Amino acid sequence: MKEPTGLLGWVDARFPLMSVWREHLAEYYTPKNFNFWYYFGSLALLVLVIQIVTGIFLTMYYKPDARFAFASVEFIMRDVDYGWLIRYMHSTGASMFFVVVYLHMLRGMLYGSYQKPRELIWLLGMAIFLCLMAEAFFGYLLPWGQMSYWGAQVIVSLIDALSPPLALWIRGDYVIADATLNRFFAFHVIALPLILVILVFLHIVALHAVGSNNPDGIEIKKYKDPNTGIPLDGIPFHPYYTVKDIMGTVGFLIVYFGIIFFAPEMDGYFLEDNNFIPADPMKTPPHIAPVWYFTPYYAILRAVPQKQLGVIAMGLAVGIFFLLPWLDRGRVKSIRYRGNLFKIALGLFLVSFVTLGYMGTQDPNLWYVNPVSRICALVYFSFFIFMPIYTKLDKTKPVPERVTG
Amino acid sequence: MSEMRSDPRRRRFLVAASAAVGAVGGISIAIPFVISMLPSARARAAGAPVEIDISQLEPGMMITQEWRGQPVWVVNRTPEMMAQLSKNVALLRDPDSAESDQPVYCKNANRSMAEHPNNLVVVGICTHLGCTPLNRSKMGNVEGMSDDWPGGFFCPCHGSKYDMSARVFKGVPAPVNLSIPPHSYLSGTRLLIGEDKKGA
Amino acid sequence: MKNTSWKIRSVRVFVVGFLMLGLSAALANEGPKLDRAPIDPSDNVSLQRGAQHFANYCLTCHGAQYMRYNLLTKIGLSEAEIKSNLILTGAKIGDTMTVVLNPKDAKLWFGVPPPDLSVEARVRGADWLYTYLRSFYRDDERASGWNNRIYPGVAMPHVLYDLQGEQQWVAEPAKTGEHASGQLVLSKPGKLSPQEYDRFAADLVNYLVFIAEPVRETRIHIGFYVMIFLGIAFVITRALKHEYWKDVH
Repeated sequence: MKEPTGLLGWVDARFPLMSVWREHLAEYYTPKNFNFWYYFGSLALLVLVIQIVTGIFLTMYYKPDARFAFASVEFIMRDVDYGWLIRYMHSTGASMFFVVVYLHMLRGMLYGSYQKPRELIWLLGMAIFLCLMAEAFFGYLLPWGQMSYWGAQVIVSLIDALSPPLALWIRGDYVIADATLNRFFAFHVIALPLILVILVFLHIVALHAVGSNNPDGIEIKKYKDPNTGIPLDGIPFHPYYTVKDIMGTVGFLIVYFGIIFFAPEMDGYFLEDNNFIPADPMKTPPHIAPVWYFTPYYAILRAVPQKQLGVIAMGLAVGIFFLLPWLDRGRVKSIRYRGNLFKIALGLFLVSFVTLGYMGTQDPNLWYVNPVSRICALVYFSFFIFMPIYTKLDKTKPVPERVTG
Repeated sequence: MSEMRSDPRRRRFLVAASAAVGAVGGISIAIPFVISMLPSARARAAGAPVEIDISQLEPGMMITQEWRGQPVWVVNRTPEMMAQLSKNVALLRDPDSAESDQPVYCKNANRSMAEHPNNLVVVGICTHLGCTPLNRSKMGNVEGMSDDWPGGFFCPCHGSKYDMSARVFKGVPAPVNLSIPPHSYLSGTRLLIGEDKKGA
Repeated sequence: MKNTSWKIRSVRVFVVGFLMLGLSAALANEGPKLDRAPIDPSDNVSLQRGAQHFANYCLTCHGAQYMRYNLLTKIGLSEAEIKSNLILTGAKIGDTMTVVLNPKDAKLWFGVPPPDLSVEARVRGADWLYTYLRSFYRDDERASGWNNRIYPGVAMPHVLYDLQGEQQWVAEPAKTGEHASGQLVLSKPGKLSPQEYDRFAADLVNYLVFIAEPVRETRIHIGFYVMIFLGIAFVITRALKHEYWKDVH
């Protein structure tokens, strides 16, 4: 490659521009067999950018004050030109963030992307996921509707069950109040986005250090061209995966803007009906459910009859994901070469996760909600607890030497 | 390995087409974000023309009305003040308001509408750096002005001076005369600030 | 395809899972059935009638504090028409539809201040509102003399009583495990026939849906062009991807 000249050359003499370009894009060799599941990483990055940009513009009009917060959101929706578009982009973006992140995580589970040597990528990814949940939780209070208010009230009451002084410290008042709104705003608009951006950067640095996994779960670095040292099954990220991800981005935008323009409430799943009622500390809505992306954990919480244990179970349900690289004793990475035990376990886990998500939206007084939630919670935890056993016993298939398809 | 061959011309065309689509999309999505920073419907409603009653405005008096968050002065000038205006011309930087901001119907020595020549309607914001000048309409050495002061407005921030037609004097920092907002009379005593006469 | 068998199996597991969800949803008891609101958000004549009904019957007690009068130009009204027909207070055209009633008085009279109706349609949905407006009935046990089938113990009296007339609730012997069944019977006709009253309620609901999101029609309109643009963008970027990937395959 020629040495750059002109402005580019001037910059490159003072900044590792071309070497970064080569190392992370033009000469970053990526397995050539990525499939549909591999779009969601770049899409998560896209949604992060969308959320930051739309968030900045919303902050120009939003007022983090219990007296004006609800009205300022309606103000954005009506009086600010295209405020509705920016707000719908942000509210839809929040849900889509979880859609792509859940699918991204599932990809990791399908192809064993968390296994050695990618444990640290997985841990950083989990830290991003925790951060994202906190970000969503803080952000959901800001519209100051009934669901915002009572959702926050319920979650902080859970902390209250473990440690009342801690809950008081988080709220800054005896109930969710103006002080809470203001500090949640501070966390939502600056603290957590900053941490998220740093973690995402580290996640990618860690990924590029060891290289990407692939649907066959084999290392492409094993077979290199003896002359160039380039992996035989690798292709440079740029242009091949940039053009592929651009196509994926457009595909994603069709879904994303389709929701924004034609179904922004997503039938009450992205924007809940009751959140169009201003927060009223004197009156709880008859039925409180968190937004859909939290409902699986909420269902686990409710499934446990004792409050403190419920909170712990909910925390474990999220935290246990951190241990995945060490729970999995499988000899292969990809589900393509796993045996039936793992496939059944993962299938049951997914069904229980989705079912828990649905149960979390339902009225707990319905007869089937608690029994079904309990069975699913058991399946959910069994997936992790028995993983060292069934992955070890599993009859795996032979893994090919080179990537397929 | 299949026998598909890459086609450099097709490739160049598709790169250009994708870049063009990306540029159109990028600009299209940027536009709503830029527009969202313009005054909101509430600001526009608050910036709507305001109607004021000037029946109580005696000669020599001034009232201040807020319009779009700015002070708008309405001064009913006395015949003496009107007579002084033509004597100021040599001292003024822009006596004919050639460089200044006003509706066409106020681009005259009185800087007022022909139907009510003595009424001066002006935005009370100094054209230098945006302070609000003080009313110094009395002539001569009163309220700290010099003996030869012909009456007008004085900006305390950097000493800019204007005459009773809000025209700027020479030798002060302000570059041009004070701005005249669009205005019209709904009747002899009802003044509408912020809107030109209908059909004018 | 070597992976077919496990794929099929996992699909089967998913199907069973979702059937389970569907079954549980069907078992959920939803309460009284709502009538479908016969509304058309593009019908400006209906929306204008609704705006008039709202100004005449609702705005005394219920505000729409986020809705500006001049947005009614979106439903084909001129500013002059809005000023002369719909602004019954001293409000200016750019003002929001604030309530006439003092909220403190309202709380005293009704026990709760009447809610602001700007986004009520987004809370309740059109069908609920339509059913609600047509489900008031005489109930002497209530202080107001009125009750509502789908909002039992409602604080609002039947303000449209002179239009609809009086309804009675005629209960039928309830079967076990079912909601109390019965029907509303018009015992004293009002100024409007039942068909006319239904139209009245539908126009009002149409209008409430409009003020809950005045930008709705614009949003869908813009969305149409955005989808066309993204469709074209997808075709081009897909062709670009395939062109480059000829090198790989």
